[in-house]
Amino acid sequence: MRSGTAARAGQYAALLAYLLFLALPFLWLLSTAFKPPRELGGPHPAWIPRDPTLANFQQAFAEQPLLRAALNSLVAALGAAVVAVLIATPTAYAVARRRTPLGRAATGWVVVSQAFPFVLVIVPLFLVLKNLRMVDSVPGLVLVYVVWALPFALWMLMGYVRAVPAELEEAAAVDGAGRLRTLVSVTAPLLAPGVAATALFAFVTAWNEFFFALVLLKTPERQTLPVVLTRFTGPEGVADLGPLAAAAALATLPSLAVFAVVQRRITSGLLAGAVKG
Amino acid sequence: MRTTRRITAALAALVLVLTGCSGDGGREDGRITLRFQSLAWQRESVEANRELVAEWNAAHPGVRVEYVQGSWGSVHDQLLTSFMGGEAPDIVHDASDDLADFAYGGYLADLRGLLSDRLEADIPRRSWETTTFGDGVYGVPFLQEPRVLIADAARLREAGVRIPTPDDPWTWDEFRSVTKELSDPDAGRYGVAWPLKEPVPATLDLSLSAGGRMFHRDADGKARIRFRAADAVVPGTVRAQVNTDRSASGSTLGMGGADTLPGFFGGRYAMVPLGFSYRQQIVQQAPEGFDWQVLPAPAGADGLTQGVSPQTLSVAADSPHREEAAAFVDFLLRPGNQVRLALGDWMLPTGRTALADPALRTERHGWATGTALAEHLRPAPAQSVRGYPEWQDKIATPALQEYYSGAIGLSELRKRLVEDGNRVLARYQR
Repeated sequence: MRSGTAARAGQYAALLAYLLFLALPFLWLLSTAFKPPRELGGPHPAWIPRDPTLANFQQAFAEQPLLRAALNSLVAALGAAVVAVLIATPTAYAVARRRTPLGRAATGWVVVSQAFPFVLVIVPLFLVLKNLRMVDSVPGLVLVYVVWALPFALWMLMGYVRAVPAELEEAAAVDGAGRLRTLVSVTAPLLAPGVAATALFAFVTAWNEFFFALVLLKTPERQTLPVVLTRFTGPEGVADLGPLAAAAALATLPSLAVFAVVQRRITSGLLAGAVKG
Repeated sequence: MRTTRRITAALAALVLVLTGCSGDGGREDGRITLRFQSLAWQRESVEANRELVAEWNAAHPGVRVEYVQGSWGSVHDQLLTSFMGGEAPDIVHDASDDLADFAYGGYLADLRGLLSDRLEADIPRRSWETTTFGDGVYGVPFLQEPRVLIADAARLREAGVRIPTPDDPWTWDEFRSVTKELSDPDAGRYGVAWPLKEPVPATLDLSLSAGGRMFHRDADGKARIRFRAADAVVPGTVRAQVNTDRSASGSTLGMGGADTLPGFFGGRYAMVPLGFSYRQQIVQQAPEGFDWQVLPAPAGADGLTQGVSPQTLSVAADSPHREEAAAFVDFLLRPGNQVRLALGDWMLPTGRTALADPALRTERHGWATGTALAEHLRPAPAQSVRGYPEWQDKIATPALQEYYSGAIGLSELRKRLVEDGNRVLARYQR
């Protein structure tokens, strides 16, 4: 009993340490965002700003079109998440339920495609988009994000589909439900957590993406937030730290908001007890 | 049913939003539109650029310039992709050490014959050399910065050391002994902090003062590396300061310039060798009452000579409006405008007329020391040598880092820089 308590305490301690490890950079970012320049260059950095200021936020908004860039990012990320999920869900269902050589080849290709680095594909991708007249357009960027997110989204959703017992669909069929009815009323609700997690993954990936957006979007009014954030940096890693931290702190908020909304869907235990025996 | 309708409505809205975001850039008929990608990032500099673009647009209704802000960290990859895709900006802001691949690749327009005689004559020949590749000139060098010593004036006064000036600078030996005098390593106080995260440009640029140039062009036209006694002066001084005298902190060798500033303000380091433009950061971040000054870098057998890679303005070879783009560059670099750009970036203009402007000759913030160094600035060694980036990344950076930290000696450094280095260069010069 005592060893069980100690193990539990150890687990909580490890969890706490991990949470701190994850949270510290964000807390430091927040702290930096509220510090005046003289505190940023001070020899004794403190977690709590001694003389907190909103000047960094004012400067960030005054110097760069952050709201417009955030809107562009939001459109690109939402577009990528919705389209990726719409394509990946039926595909994952088909590949996971109908085990054919084509399906196995497709899943192999999905794994291989994850190995390509950005720099390898960017020039051909640029030329393809140019021929499609989609360079310097948010739809073009959405297309790229969808293609980039699709393999992993497919992989994730296949796992969720496999976790839904086929017996449930068979039971619905026995009860007289047609294929479409079964999919809509039985399978889809059980897949909802997986779809939500996949959408979240696609959203966050697109929201944070920098390189494709940098190369593909030329018009300043169409550029996304990660691209605009780099304008606070100069050569040799020199940066206007205060405004950069303020803008970066604001840039994390939509991801947190989307996660807060979607995470309610990512619940476990929906299938507990669904199939007996 | 209601859910299905909601999803359909949301998708329709998304399609509408996406459609609204696409377009061809809204170019008006009958008017030329040029895209100018600037890498200016500091507030004053961005303002100066924007104002100049607005002034041009007001005076030239037929040729509208669109200001696009790029960023230093990703400019090479971004430009390379844009050039290859035929979608590059018409006017490109970059640095001379990044131009070689673009110039040799045919992506930049040869500016000979496109610029005014005034501009060509105003910028010294040695500056033009930084943007000359083969027979062509592929950029206008317009801003540059020497490396200087930013010093804690109170510490220097306390120690009673001689204060160097551009007319009477420290020698490298004198610099070494001064830093020794200013140090108390057991108390964590050092005479100098060398921020050598990128050790190659700093070493090569400063080595010119001692007569070191490492890259030599032989009779067959090929570049080869040699490491002679003059090349060892600067690296030898730094290594001795870190490992023998303990007058330089070893912990800053992996840092960037900005990372050393808190220690500098806190009295840990008496001096930091930095680019001239770092003064802006110091003005912004130094504690109230902190007394600092700008000193020239030490001199060697070749005096105060040092290498620089100026910022440049180029015209894309694919631009359908090269002449108009060159005219805009010419406008941007009129002497008065160069002064505004230089003040905004805290750097020195290359143009002689701009450099003589009283605003850049003031003692305040060390401007006068910087302008006095301008005549000693030369093209950074090797920037036009093909294969230099690979030599820098794979050979020279790790070799110099190990040498400075004391892990390897001079003979091993020489062997790696020369033997391994020449093998790299040979691959590019077959």
